Amino acid sequence: MSVEIKNLSHTYSEGSPFEFKALKDVNITIEDGSFIGIIGHTGSGKSTLIQHLNGLLTPTSGSVLVDGKDIFDAKKAELIALRHHIGLVFQYPEHQLFEETVQKDVAFGPKNQGLSEEEIDQRVKQSIKMVGLDFDAIKDKSPFELSGGQMRRVAIAGVLAMEPSVLILDEPTAGLDPRGREEILAQIKSLHSQKKITVILVSHSMEDIGKMVEKILVMNEGEVVFFDTPNRVFTEISTLESIGLAVPEVTYLMRRLKEKYPEIREDIFTVEAAKKEILKVIRG
Amino acid sequence: MLKDVTIGQYYPTGSVIHKLDPRTKILFTTAFVVMLFFLNNLWGYLATFLILATITLLSRIPVGYIIRGIKGLVLIIMLTVVLNLFMTPGTAVATLGPLTVTLEGLKVATYMALRLIFLVVGTSIMTLTTSPIDLTDGMEWCMRFIPFIRRYAHELAMMMSIALRFIPTLMEETERIMKAQKARGANFETGNIISRAKNLTPILIPLFISAFRRADELATAMEARCYRGGENRTRMKQLIFEFRDSASLVLMVMMIVGLYLTTMIQIPLVFPI
Repeated sequence: MSVEIKNLSHTYSEGSPFEFKALKDVNITIEDGSFIGIIGHTGSGKSTLIQHLNGLLTPTSGSVLVDGKDIFDAKKAELIALRHHIGLVFQYPEHQLFEETVQKDVAFGPKNQGLSEEEIDQRVKQSIKMVGLDFDAIKDKSPFELSGGQMRRVAIAGVLAMEPSVLILDEPTAGLDPRGREEILAQIKSLHSQKKITVILVSHSMEDIGKMVEKILVMNEGEVVFFDTPNRVFTEISTLESIGLAVPEVTYLMRRLKEKYPEIREDIFTVEAAKKEILKVIRG
Repeated sequence: MLKDVTIGQYYPTGSVIHKLDPRTKILFTTAFVVMLFFLNNLWGYLATFLILATITLLSRIPVGYIIRGIKGLVLIIMLTVVLNLFMTPGTAVATLGPLTVTLEGLKVATYMALRLIFLVVGTSIMTLTTSPIDLTDGMEWCMRFIPFIRRYAHELAMMMSIALRFIPTLMEETERIMKAQKARGANFETGNIISRAKNLTPILIPLFISAFRRADELATAMEARCYRGGENRTRMKQLIFEFRDSASLVLMVMMIVGLYLTTMIQIPLVFPI
């Protein structure tokens, strides 16, 4: 599914003293099957933007077109159906768990889609496996006796079980230990390459985003600053720093090295690529 | 939906009313609410209206914002009006099938509706113009004069300020959880009452869990800062009664007396009885 955002603006509590313009005239097109990263300072409008994509928030002005159709023109039932195709994993999704067992909780989404029992069972099994958990060991446990990382995975599985064609994740690794972070990101990456679904990843970490996504959307105070490939975005160091962001550590290293070795490339943002480049220069 | 609840919210404008001592505001509001039940003719309600209108204008809170607070009560007001309209015996003015509208009913219904509206408007002006911290500080001071309760004044005030502090947080949390479940295809908007009530489980359970978690965290944080209740506790911000507070107190006493005096007026307004 392609998603087109046109002149989207959103103002919270319009007309009250707490009025806040969260989005100002956002225009972007997300192509089918792409992997997009959204990055920005706290309060830059990332979360507000993604909640428009499945119609949870209604824009103050502008529109969101999914496969060419304006989702806010649609009836309520159509909007609910749309949410089956655009999966949104909120920040700290483990706070939404409520069922007695993991299996039942993951089945909540597919059940709302009105699928058959067998289909639901199969999807639950598959999505729990997809997030790297052992289905048989965990299915009858209460979600509340799991560890934080496991709860997070169960919650993500709950959205995956709906088999969305667009998957949006709002800081899926926030508050996890480094290993849990790596694992979840790897699973998202393989999900994207295997199932060919569109993935939109909101993150604070330039490192994470840099090595995973095809295009980065940089936001600041409700406006789009950049929407380009990581290579190009990460060369705009001064602009990024002026809006409270930074480029990956390794990019800074490459920049320092360039002072000594002018032939070295500096548009590098993963340790792997840096290693290759440095070896290449050293070995001449 | 949740954003429409204006009772208990604070609306800062920095007006004269906002700057008044919370104790004055609490005392006046209490006296005002009691007075409302003494009023026995439309002159009194007219005076009440004028007083509230003046205070609202002085507070610089948009009138629309205050009216929004009444919206939530429309159902209760309607019910009271309808019941009083038909259930009060007296001289009939109109019949509607088996139901009779009496002149007395008309009068009682009008009074009740006005009383409810003024009650809500009056109390919401107090909360709209007083920050929750000021409000509980004022309450704590007032409670010191009530026997039995006096001993627990600090604890009660602390409980109240925690409760007030968490209303917006829990509302936000509710909205967040609702959105998360909606994103999983939950439907809260259609269906009959039973299925709607059932649909609340995915919201209520996470909400309760988070409320308990927050309570636990807050208690730990308070313990960590050696909170031991009211004994020997001093304040950073003392409530100080200034000239403008004394002046307003005099004015408020005059208004309350004025309202009481309206009950003595014998000339009827609108209703001939």
